[in-house]
Amino acid sequence: MSKVVVVTSGKGGVGKTTTTANLASGIAALGYKTIAIDFDVGLRNLDLVMGCERRVVYDLVNAIRGEATLRQAVIKDKRIETLYVLPASQTRDKDALTLDGVGRILDELRAAGFEYIFCDSPAGIEWGAQMAMYFADEAIVVTNPEVSSVRDSDRVLGLLDAKTRRAELGEEAIKTHLLLTRYAPARVAKGEMLAYQDVLELLGIPLLGVIPESTAVLQASNAGTPVVLDPTSDAAQAYLDVVQRFLGEERPHRFLESAKKGFFSRIFGGQAATA
Amino acid sequence: MSIMDYFRRTQPKSATLAKERLQIIVARERVRTTGEPDYLPRLKQELLQVISKYERIDLDQVSVNVERSGDCDVLELNVVLSESERAAVRAAVSRGGAPASRNC
Ligand SMILES: Nc1ncnc2c1ncn2[C@@H]1O[C@H](COP(=O)(O)OP(=O)(O)OP(=O)(O)O)[C@@H](O)[C@H]1O
Ligand SMILES: [Mg+2]
Repeated sequence: MSKVVVVTSGKGGVGKTTTTANLASGIAALGYKTIAIDFDVGLRNLDLVMGCERRVVYDLVNAIRGEATLRQAVIKDKRIETLYVLPASQTRDKDALTLDGVGRILDELRAAGFEYIFCDSPAGIEWGAQMAMYFADEAIVVTNPEVSSVRDSDRVLGLLDAKTRRAELGEEAIKTHLLLTRYAPARVAKGEMLAYQDVLELLGIPLLGVIPESTAVLQASNAGTPVVLDPTSDAAQAYLDVVQRFLGEERPHRFLESAKKGFFSRIFGGQAATA
Repeated sequence: MSIMDYFRRTQPKSATLAKERLQIIVARERVRTTGEPDYLPRLKQELLQVISKYERIDLDQVSVNVERSGDCDVLELNVVLSESERAAVRAAVSRGGAPASRNC
């Protein structure tokens, strides 16, 4: 059985590609045959974050147009046996993706035995983003604790409810998960940042996880190695928890409180930190 | 921590502001995606009551619509005055972040 999972957000730069790379890597590392597809046509980012950019020959659009076979376009990861990447095209042609074409590619991937198919959505709520979500069985809505990101996530939830295959066929709705990223508990404690409870209450979908703001993420993307591959950082551990929860395990949420408090904040910041 | 921080703490936190703004934004946009706001029938009834104080009109001579145009909602009110069919009174109220005139 295969699952198509869209990683989407509306707002740009909130961590979709980072999340796609880490979830796909984390799940594949457990032995599931997994592919991450970059739908960000024109930009192409996922291959960089996953460190396979030098091996890109063909891409999603080539495969859709029949200029390459799917087998030729898909890149096998060097570190994880069961992990594959299908890069985005850098074409400027806005109509390069078609629903028909994407549907065919997904069918082929299912037939090839892929258990998890992650679709890394482009930013926005236009055609490209709708294409990435159209065939999804589940959706991970990546949100930052910030007004415009929460607002866009809410719009995306509306689209998932209306403009997808499951919605159009009247099938069971797409299962949605909230993934809050770039969370800074210290700033939440000071009242400068929305708390995860607030975002949860506003969006009203189940919380898959909270990924802390972490310098390890930038370092990982510099190196082209998803952060989960070096589980020492808090962001890596948070993503690994997310992988387990996504697969149905119960895991307590971590990294929700700021780490050690300084001397002054312990004296003066008590009520703010517990609020 | 300075003495100023101590005073600042009594002001609303920016995260609280963010949450309050979002509650309004999200409520408003959910209406959009589901179509028309649920207050439309009541609005129509009440408008009818007000207008009928001055003019004889029927319910079906008042139409109230909400339309999206680009980034803003336009609430359009159309009243056809009966008898002499003197005129149609039209009003459009738009909303969005900025003043109506600049909005559409
Ligand atoms: N938890 C985190 N901590 C720190 N930085 C992060 C975190 N998650 C993502 N980032 C950084 O934020 C930036 C945007 O991340 P990413 O490319 O994953 O976002 P995106 O949603 O895919 O963007 P786009 O909409 O452009 O596709 C990157 O520089 C990334 O390293
Ligand atoms: Mg991206």
